[in-house]
Amino acid sequence: MGSLRARLTPYALVLPGGLWLAIFFVVPTLILLQFSLMTGNEADGYAFTFAWQNYSHSLTTYWPQFVRSLEYGGIATALCIVLSYPIAYWIAFKGGARKSTYLFLILLPFFVSFVLRTISWQFFLSDNGMLLGPLKEWGLVPADFHILQTSVAVVGGLTYNYLPFMVLPIYVALERVDPGVVEASYDLYCSRTQSFLKVVLPLSLPGVFAGVLMNFVPASSDYVNAEVLGGPDNTMIGNIIQDQALTVRDYPTATALSATLMLALLLGIFAYARALGTETVLEAAAR
Amino acid sequence: MSMDQRIDPALLRDPALLRGLTQRRYDRRDIMRMFGVGAGLGAAGLALAACGVKGAKQAPATQDDVAKFWTGKAKNGHLDFATWALYMPTDHAPLTAFTKETGVTVNYQEVIQDDPSWYGKIQPQLAADKSIGYDLMVVTNGVELEKLIQFGYLAPLDHSKLPNFAQNADPIYRNEPFDKGNVYTIPYTSGYTGIAYNPTYVKEPITKIAQLWDPKYAGKIGMMKDPQELGNFGMLLLGINPETSTQPDWTKAAAKLRAQKPLVRAYVQQDYTKSLANGDLWICMGWSGDIFQENASNGSNLKFVVPEEGGNIWTDNMTIPKTATNPVDALMMMDYFYRPEVAAQLTEFINYVTPVPATKDIIAKDAAAATGDDKKTLEAVLTSPLVYPTQADLAKLKHYATLKTADAQKAYQDTFLPISTG
Amino acid sequence: MTTTLSPAPNRPAGRTRSHGRLGDRLLLGYTWLVIVWLCLPIGVMILFGFNQVQGRYNNRWHGFTLQWYAHVFDLDGLTNALKASLVIAVLSTVIATALGTLLGVALGRYRFRGAGASNLVQFAAISTPEIVMGMSLVAFFVALNVPLGYLTITIAHVMFSLSFVAVTVRSRVLTLDRSVEEAAKDLGAGALDTFRLVTLPMILPGVTAGALLAFAISIDDFVVTNFTAGNVETFPLWIWSAQKNGLPPQVNVMGTFIFVGGILLALANAVAARRRPA
Repeated sequence: MGSLRARLTPYALVLPGGLWLAIFFVVPTLILLQFSLMTGNEADGYAFTFAWQNYSHSLTTYWPQFVRSLEYGGIATALCIVLSYPIAYWIAFKGGARKSTYLFLILLPFFVSFVLRTISWQFFLSDNGMLLGPLKEWGLVPADFHILQTSVAVVGGLTYNYLPFMVLPIYVALERVDPGVVEASYDLYCSRTQSFLKVVLPLSLPGVFAGVLMNFVPASSDYVNAEVLGGPDNTMIGNIIQDQALTVRDYPTATALSATLMLALLLGIFAYARALGTETVLEAAAR
Repeated sequence: MSMDQRIDPALLRDPALLRGLTQRRYDRRDIMRMFGVGAGLGAAGLALAACGVKGAKQAPATQDDVAKFWTGKAKNGHLDFATWALYMPTDHAPLTAFTKETGVTVNYQEVIQDDPSWYGKIQPQLAADKSIGYDLMVVTNGVELEKLIQFGYLAPLDHSKLPNFAQNADPIYRNEPFDKGNVYTIPYTSGYTGIAYNPTYVKEPITKIAQLWDPKYAGKIGMMKDPQELGNFGMLLLGINPETSTQPDWTKAAAKLRAQKPLVRAYVQQDYTKSLANGDLWICMGWSGDIFQENASNGSNLKFVVPEEGGNIWTDNMTIPKTATNPVDALMMMDYFYRPEVAAQLTEFINYVTPVPATKDIIAKDAAAATGDDKKTLEAVLTSPLVYPTQADLAKLKHYATLKTADAQKAYQDTFLPISTG
Repeated sequence: MTTTLSPAPNRPAGRTRSHGRLGDRLLLGYTWLVIVWLCLPIGVMILFGFNQVQGRYNNRWHGFTLQWYAHVFDLDGLTNALKASLVIAVLSTVIATALGTLLGVALGRYRFRGAGASNLVQFAAISTPEIVMGMSLVAFFVALNVPLGYLTITIAHVMFSLSFVAVTVRSRVLTLDRSVEEAAKDLGAGALDTFRLVTLPMILPGVTAGALLAFAISIDDFVVTNFTAGNVETFPLWIWSAQKNGLPPQVNVMGTFIFVGGILLALANAVAARRRPA
């Protein structure tokens, strides 16, 4: 009796949350896939017809935006790695008692809605605004120079919004590095650089990978940055999906694009997860 | 977030725990099982929707439908009114007067930003026959209004209760192509799309759509993102009448618009007056009343012009959703706006075209009685072709392309939307 | 602070060599530079909540004023949107924390069939792009003809928050010392009592961290909410539609309030954590 209860406990614990996820995540995802193979429109209804042409048509039309999204997401992620690593390193190794304070400061921006943060950037970067106005007055930049509506603004916005998601996992990984190992490397006549490259960096890689996961996926599928900071040449696939779903209301196309995006990103993630072991990534993601 | 995430090394040496942690040998089976469960759930989901999702199209309303809708409905004493920004004097004077006279309280909300997102917000409720929280809403003619009518989401109006409309409305609004005979809509205001520009940066007079293609303004040109507005301008530039246009016309216009793309800084929706005022844009497609208001409220000196090749004319219409809880009160409000003195009050603030010609005399009287700045503003309103267009002006203005079927709507949007989305 | 059996590794403070000190200084300076960059738009936002705005656009500095703080609730639409955001956030946090804690404990503590699948689904839920999630929820609700509104927003928020809570709780659970629970059982405590009196207090930091995370995610969410809101406006949605006409200063003020409130909550959590017996 006791052992039966013990054996049933995990199932009982998992049931409510698992059921919620099953009904509101798994099923909608399947319905998304189903919709992507339907034909029709709002007026005449939708019928399931294995409409693979939804995929071929939408991908051939919007291929440039797809590639651009992966490009912007990739560049933003790479920038995040470069910018975050030194910070994470410093806090992990030299932060001392103030570690939590620094981490807290890095996370501070998240207490403001990211829509508001992005709009504040738009305001700050406007053609004659707080940044460019004085620069133009002092003749440091030409009068028709603009940052908004360029890919630089969009990638900058993406990097800004997702930087803390890169700092945290790298910090977690670096913090776990046993300083005894580093000391051992010094004892074996490694210079600081060598010690870093050969000991610390490889040990921190799971954190970097976790950070890549948490950056690349949302950055590639973002549309707020592109819409607020970007111009007509910076449209990302997220904007297209949004337009198709909410303005044009062409659900088959919108769902086909979403499904393709999801499959592309999930495949990449599972490849990473397999390589590392899901647990490490999930733990790092917990931070 | 706690710092003590260290795993005890002693625990890590436990092989059972290690196995449990890695779980690799369960992966394949569990994935299969997940797919099994998922397929089961998916089958359920598919069964739900296997027959597809029903279409929303309905048959057009008849006189019987009108009677059927309005029998048994009475005044409730309250009204929820959804509309666009700056469509009511700031002190809400017409609404207060209305409440005083009829006892109907009005909850006035300027919640509509653009038609597609408004339609997107209310459609699920309407499709499920639920109230959208509003009894009266102002919708522009276009694809969304077309859908609202075709899918039977609007209440057919009872014209016996709209005497002021019958008496005071300008005849041109009684037979608009999108709602002949005003079965579902009566206009609130009308407006034009033309070219707005900032004379601080633009040193020559702007008179033609072709000037939006002028390389001199490269990087400072704004065009509207809305496919109906954008497409119309492309067609007008080529001398095509949008109201009778077909797919070949759309393709030609789209090609011309694509050629313009390298010069365009942004495809705007509502925020172009801000960009014009602060110099991010110098010349842009714009709406007549917006520029008037921008100059009046912010002291900018932007200019607006209806181009020689033509401009777009559109109507913002009052409609009653079919699930309104207070339709009779809504109807009363609609008729109230057609009293000339009330319409005059609205026009003096909104500065868009009024559907009530009799307002002209009233505003003239107000202007004669006013002094100073007020007098100047009122006289400007009187003489403005943006508020009281002449026949010559009206001849230049064209409605949006007529898109009655879902296929036509999709084809049109697929032609013009990609231009603004790179 | 930790429940590990082995002593925490000893980090010698100030372990530097002479050339390392310059490197350290550079790193410190760089870290501060990035922190300033991160907080820049927030500073701008807070600053322009004090702007004496003339006309419709809050885009030029006209002078300092506190009037917006006095009139912060003047705009009905905005105030209602803020209320809606808070209500939904609280509701979804409560539900998500409850469900997620159970899920986290199960996955961290027990080995059972379906654990791999649960892990997988959770993992997918965290890593699916928001736009795909929003799209699939819309497709789901459209297919079932469910009207969009408070209910659908809350459902969506719970759905993506509960995975985050589960992962946070589970990593806390993994570090727990089972011997304490076994001792409780030896002393006669039933499973429920053990959970209530022993396990729960030990995992509480993880649970509160997860709850804070769920709250922050919910109150800030834009993309999924945009798809599932129908005609309900939440704070981020209201800002998004209003930005086209120029944001009123009340938005800046409310943003400042939420910002300060969040900081206070986090500080309170940190203080409580420090006071908590290890």
